[in-house]
Amino acid sequence: MKPAPTAGVAPSVVVPAPGPPLVDVQELSKRFPVRGTQQALHAVDRVSFTIERGECIGLVGESGCGKSTLVRLLTRLLDPTEGRIAFEGRDIGAVPARRFAGTPERPRIQMVFQDPADSLNPRFSAFATIAEPLRRLGRVSDRQALGRRVAETADLVGLPRELLGRFPHQLSGGQQQRVGIARAIAVEPTLLVLDEPTSALDVSVQAVILHLLADLRRRLGMTYLFVSHDLNLVRLLSDRVLVMYLGRIVESGPVEEVFDRPRHPYTRALVSAVPVLDPGARRPRIRLRGEPRSPIDPSPTVCRFYGRCPDGFDRCEHRMPQLQPVGPDHLVACHLVDEERP
Amino acid sequence: MSAIPLLSVDDLSVEFRTRDGVVRALEHVSFTVGRGETVGIVGESGSGKSVTALAILGILHPSARVTSGRAVFGGLDLLTAGEDRLREYRGRELSMIFQNPRTALNPIRPVGRQIEDVLLRHANLARARVRDRAIALLRQVQIADPLRAYHAYPFELSGGMCQRVMIALAVACSPALLIADEPTTGLDVTTQAAILELIGDLAQQSRMAMILITHDLALVGERCDRIVVMHAGHVVEIAPTAELFAAPRHPYTARLIASTPRPGVTLADLRPIPGMVPDLRGALPACRYRARCERALPACEEPPLPRLTLGAEHTVACRVPL
Repeated sequence: MKPAPTAGVAPSVVVPAPGPPLVDVQELSKRFPVRGTQQALHAVDRVSFTIERGECIGLVGESGCGKSTLVRLLTRLLDPTEGRIAFEGRDIGAVPARRFAGTPERPRIQMVFQDPADSLNPRFSAFATIAEPLRRLGRVSDRQALGRRVAETADLVGLPRELLGRFPHQLSGGQQQRVGIARAIAVEPTLLVLDEPTSALDVSVQAVILHLLADLRRRLGMTYLFVSHDLNLVRLLSDRVLVMYLGRIVESGPVEEVFDRPRHPYTRALVSAVPVLDPGARRPRIRLRGEPRSPIDPSPTVCRFYGRCPDGFDRCEHRMPQLQPVGPDHLVACHLVDEERP
Repeated sequence: MSAIPLLSVDDLSVEFRTRDGVVRALEHVSFTVGRGETVGIVGESGSGKSVTALAILGILHPSARVTSGRAVFGGLDLLTAGEDRLREYRGRELSMIFQNPRTALNPIRPVGRQIEDVLLRHANLARARVRDRAIALLRQVQIADPLRAYHAYPFELSGGMCQRVMIALAVACSPALLIADEPTTGLDVTTQAAILELIGDLAQQSRMAMILITHDLALVGERCDRIVVMHAGHVVEIAPTAELFAAPRHPYTARLIASTPRPGVTLADLRPIPGMVPDLRGALPACRYRARCERALPACEEPPLPRLTLGAEHTVACRVPL
């Protein structure tokens, strides 16, 4: 199922290259006004992290934690309330979302959406879908050149050229997602944001798409931000992982380190909740009680996980824990880390 | 399962008549569910998992036709029983949790009322006591503020809360069999774990049997006593959970396990299943997995599809089992 290698594409290194990070997010916040009140919903709250060139970074957290808002801020579909987003050293957070489409960064940050059946235009053939970004962002207007580029992109994602004339409903789920991936990589992005790219697919097809994504990253040297609530998938594809809870990053670090030795109680609960096929490898489940705290005007001095946290204590109610290192490249925002330190 | 099973599905075949031809969605599907037992049904989309559940409950789409088989539940064949009889059974003896709780609940009726509807229809409760019972049920499914939930509309509750309401509805009359069709798809892992634990606890308390339908192999592995593997409308393998994972005998089961991401498995180890679920219209070989199978023999084309018994509770529908 591997796409044929294309001439002129140098195999690139997967290990993060030294030098400035590709993406540098500092103190990024997004607050949505709540209609009819003076209150605000804090979807993303003072989040800072970097994405190195060539790495794949996983983003996990439950629905409502702000993953999607963060992605929409990074892909510049939404304007941040505060904070800075630097992409290749340029502050792209300051460009209004409406004008971002005209910047040279637009083709460099692309996205693959969750459900290909929903995110492909039903009236566009596979060819038209892949050609659209090339026309609009890649400034390819010559018909022959366009045809060639679309065909090359289809080859890259393993979509048979004879299917290019088909419409989404004439394609299988796996083929639809190949079209979705082709549309995103047609303009040769540096950063590819993958929002649950396989959650609508069967496991058999999922494996094919995961192999394709890993292969494309290796061959095209792209950087991935992989958003998923399936920790087993994040583990397969990512080098590092960010764990979000109610608008804040509560833990980050190398993927094996975070999943094998989670330090934040939320990450621990998350890891323990993953169903495990091998009966011998099962761990006791950590039950979370109650519902999450409200994201509307949350107290800046109370840990967001307090109340639901199985290990919460009085300090959690008085001071918001900040991210601090607990190991090489491993950061955790929890007061327990101080308690556990000898 | 030496005793008489609670539910015995035998040789069930279902067709759908469509504009593009007859879709043979289920063919000779047979399995049993014992009292208090949890049976998982797994397979890719289009394998017939949900159609099996809908056929048992007698709520198939009008274009569907049951062409053969029986589904005997407590001495009654559900497939030939009249609608009045089925209505008595559904909700009281047999109930179902659907995949998407938000669409399965009535959006313009407070959830407390919806639970009361079931109680009034089936539970023989005095009207005055119905409200208390509905609130008690909401408490039983561990909703933190049952009184608030009682008055709430579905849109005011989170996805996990709506699924808890669905469970409260389904277990309101302590059914003997609960069918849960992808009960946690679309929910977060932490919510998923909590919901499944809740269903499991309720099942254990009242010795309720359960059919858990899902595409997630790890999930059935954790929750089920036995597993029924389906592919393209056929049951290809039935085995006790541990045995199925330790030594799958049908090539499809083995492939399904090998394609499931799990800790300790790298991307290189993860092997996709070649091909697709075949089109169920028109002529099909006896073994519907044949075109995808690396062990297939020319004989696999020819009927009948053999059904081998490999152990007390292990059967496989394959000419060349592993």
